[in-house]
Amino acid sequence: MQRLIILGAGTAGTMSANRLRSRLPNWSITVVDRDDAHHYQPGYLFVPFGDLPPERLVKPRHDYLNDGIELVLGDVDRVDTDTNTVVLDDGRELRYDQLVIATGSHPRPDQTPGMDGPLWHKDVFDFYTLEGTTALRNRLASWDGGRLVVHITEMPIKCPPAPLEFSFLADDFFRKRGMRDRVEIIYVTPLDGAFTKPIASATLGGMLKERKIHLEPDFVIERVDNDSHAIVSYDEREIPFDLLVTVPLHMGENFVGGSGLGDELNHVKVDPHTFQSRKHDNIFALGDAADLPTSKAGSVAHFAVDVFADNFVEHVAGRPMTHQFDGHANCFVESGNGKAMLLDFNYETEPLPGRFPVPGIGPLKLLAETRANHWGKRAFEWIYWHLLLPARPLPVSTDMSMRGKHEPATDLADVPSAPDQPRKTEVFK
Amino acid sequence: MTLATLNGHDVHVDAEGFLTEYDEWDEDLAKVLAHNIGIELTDDHLKAIRFLRDDFLAEGETPTIRRVTTVAGIPTKDLFTLFPGKPAKKMAYVAGLPKPVGCV
Repeated sequence: MQRLIILGAGTAGTMSANRLRSRLPNWSITVVDRDDAHHYQPGYLFVPFGDLPPERLVKPRHDYLNDGIELVLGDVDRVDTDTNTVVLDDGRELRYDQLVIATGSHPRPDQTPGMDGPLWHKDVFDFYTLEGTTALRNRLASWDGGRLVVHITEMPIKCPPAPLEFSFLADDFFRKRGMRDRVEIIYVTPLDGAFTKPIASATLGGMLKERKIHLEPDFVIERVDNDSHAIVSYDEREIPFDLLVTVPLHMGENFVGGSGLGDELNHVKVDPHTFQSRKHDNIFALGDAADLPTSKAGSVAHFAVDVFADNFVEHVAGRPMTHQFDGHANCFVESGNGKAMLLDFNYETEPLPGRFPVPGIGPLKLLAETRANHWGKRAFEWIYWHLLLPARPLPVSTDMSMRGKHEPATDLADVPSAPDQPRKTEVFK
Repeated sequence: MTLATLNGHDVHVDAEGFLTEYDEWDEDLAKVLAHNIGIELTDDHLKAIRFLRDDFLAEGETPTIRRVTTVAGIPTKDLFTLFPGKPAKKMAYVAGLPKPVGCV
């Protein structure tokens, strides 16, 4: 019997195991993870504001793996690609015919000097871990105001709009508590604007401005100064904070780099259309663990698994893989006051305004703040556990569609358009 | 895509002035590109630029600051001194490579 090993029982690992179980009846499927706690990561965003109890976000991994899938608990030490063996920390060895790496990407505050120093989880917080977001909730409950700095260390990060959403929700939270005038919010990013893609960046930048959230772009952090309560950039800008909510550098698991499969951040180098390792044709990486040039997000993992499952069945039958992933992602962006907007995009096409999923009708509006989008985002928690992980069909197409979308003409004045002459120097202002 | 005349040669550039054809670049042109953004090229600059060129050829994409630091061994702080403000963008511009992909 041929053996498939999937490292990681998170969103991508669980979905692909369940999807392949029924399609590869003669294969053994083993999933490896270090613990039996599956976290609903999109929920982390709501915890600091008391909108979701943290304990609700965690469920046993084994409950979401279909019958006929073995779950092995243990830390991966390395993948020996010469002998096709996964070696665990405790010395156990698991041989594979095909390997899927779905071990995600994780915040690493230890990679920035001073970030996990004396102020860590006292005045410096992350909200990308259950521990961090819960500690932040407790701090915010008694915080009496001052300067809140929301900060991104370096791209890529999981769910790239999340720090913007956090800022919008924080603005809303402080207004409802009648203390917005006692809080200054600064949004600090290594990007040159609020977001990466021009049209969404202009829209989201405008939303920051409306909420009187100051944007500090092009900030590449060198260190957190615990004595002066400030973040310091490589070009020696210093931003003092009373409360720092940072998104630390994200890295894949150490074994990825240690096994010669990764880039500088231990993300697995793969073909962006098939997820096949660039080095070994019996190794694939799915979800946040891969170095795909798109968002690290559950929606990407979901669309990716659709393509992967079809390809993988062909691949193990010795046929060429005929399906291509287009980088499709969609994400709800909470904007506060019970509203959210929806972004839908892929490798080639940036997020545009329009209607989704039914062109012209919706009911969801793209790149616009609505209540329906907010309830869509909150309803996603149920969809995640009951439809997404079991790999049941969702009413959303795998390939991105241009139907129902339009390129804005004149209503977004900030969007840079191609000038007649190259703007060699303007770029660097 | 636009044609621009730099150093007496016609080269292809994108809307922001980044060269779009790998082979239209040479080190003389790099001096002109650097001059455009207020940088006088030194050997230290060229060490980074040459790494970018080689790495792009090998990997098919413009390396990030982190990659220049970890693989070429040039400290990030030095990159900020050599290419003030926006080193990733400025290095790519001088090296005649596409702007590094800001991840989505």
